[in-house]
Amino acid sequence: MSHSTFHRIAQQRLGRRNLLVKTLSRGSLALLSGCNLEDDDGVDKFLFAISRFNDRVQAALFAKDRLAPTFAAADITDPFPFNAYYEEAKAPEIDGATWRLELAGRIEKKDPWLLTDLEALPQVTQITRHVCIEGWSAIGEWSGVPMRLFLERIGADLRAPFIAIRCADGYSSSLDMATALHPQTQIALRFRGSTLPRRYGFPIKIRIPTKLGFKNPKYVTALEVTNIDPGGFWENYGYNRFSGL
Amino acid sequence: MAAEPARVIHSSLVRATHWINVFAMVCMVGSGWRIYNASPFLPFTFPAKLTLGDWLGGALAIHFAAMWLLAGNFAVYAVWSWRSGHFRRRFLPVRAHDVGADIVRAVTFRLPHANGNYNAVQKLLYLLAMAGVAGAIVSGVTLWKPVQFRPLEFAMGGYDTVRRVHFAAMSGIVLFALIHVAMVAVVPSTLRPMLTGGAPTRRGG
Repeated sequence: MSHSTFHRIAQQRLGRRNLLVKTLSRGSLALLSGCNLEDDDGVDKFLFAISRFNDRVQAALFAKDRLAPTFAAADITDPFPFNAYYEEAKAPEIDGATWRLELAGRIEKKDPWLLTDLEALPQVTQITRHVCIEGWSAIGEWSGVPMRLFLERIGADLRAPFIAIRCADGYSSSLDMATALHPQTQIALRFRGSTLPRRYGFPIKIRIPTKLGFKNPKYVTALEVTNIDPGGFWENYGYNRFSGL
Repeated sequence: MAAEPARVIHSSLVRATHWINVFAMVCMVGSGWRIYNASPFLPFTFPAKLTLGDWLGGALAIHFAAMWLLAGNFAVYAVWSWRSGHFRRRFLPVRAHDVGADIVRAVTFRLPHANGNYNAVQKLLYLLAMAGVAGAIVSGVTLWKPVQFRPLEFAMGGYDTVRRVHFAAMSGIVLFALIHVAMVAVVPSTLRPMLTGGAPTRRGG
């Protein structure tokens, strides 16, 4: 697996403001298409427009009750890879006693949640596959609170289309409500039966087996239910927003 | 023998879908190599200069845009080719005996290569190329949506196997393209009909 490749690419990317700009300029497409590629913005706008179209296609394809495959304990990838846009040593160290999950937006009960509050809710264990946008995949076992149960408990507006997710490491992502309510989407508190280790997102990770890995954020500190697509770290660099499986 | 009148060898639909396919396939293969490079499963990566997209996100944006062009164009060609009888006339039948005989003629440089009238080796190669495109589309859709199309993933033997099927389809298509272009270089008179539709008028003699 090429996690070092991922890190390198990610770090190269971080300095860039215009993610897709120059996307095509390096290629030889100009020879074939005959279109004016001096206007890179136009090409990027076109690719972004298609990506928004693909969001809609994926939302239409997404079946709310169709489950991602589950696996046996013997299938679990060991060691399960660490993956982020930084080296593992830079992963945030969070004190579980002082950590809070902040809630905002279209939610009735916005009081912050403690880790012990989440641990007191019903827990579900699932062995599912994490599929990275790079192409590799790994199987892990996560336990935690079904997201639907949590959203109902806090009185979230389930008709709002998006949930913005913010993390202690500066990462962020977005989640469409249909996927948030999917039976396998969970707030994971444990990995392979033990408290979620720092490298996998302590204290909580949003685990979504029907999304690519980058839409499974770790070290989550805040959720906001919103009517506006909030984007996210990689989404804003140009990864497809829906990125469903 | 009098000169034959110019005749249409490749209809406008064949020419249009051929060149749209060339463009879409260059986009798909170039961006696909970049995507492969992000997590290679063979002991090599493709030279960055031969890839499109500049980075993984750019390559994916191109790949998931050009896929519509590739699949739509392929569907138009397939439906037209089947319903018009073009497919049957041009590519069928392919008999193993004829392929064997034509391979012998080809390697001894005695194989006729008439415009629009394919020998058995050509028929087989074009059919394999079409199967390669169809295989790339089906395996690609499965990689894109392995949960929504779980039966396809299962039928192809799991996600990692589907990646290899997709790669194999690409390899077959690229190999075909290399042979195809080399053959055009050997018999350059085949190029004009794919551009203008007509063949050079044959001189009597």
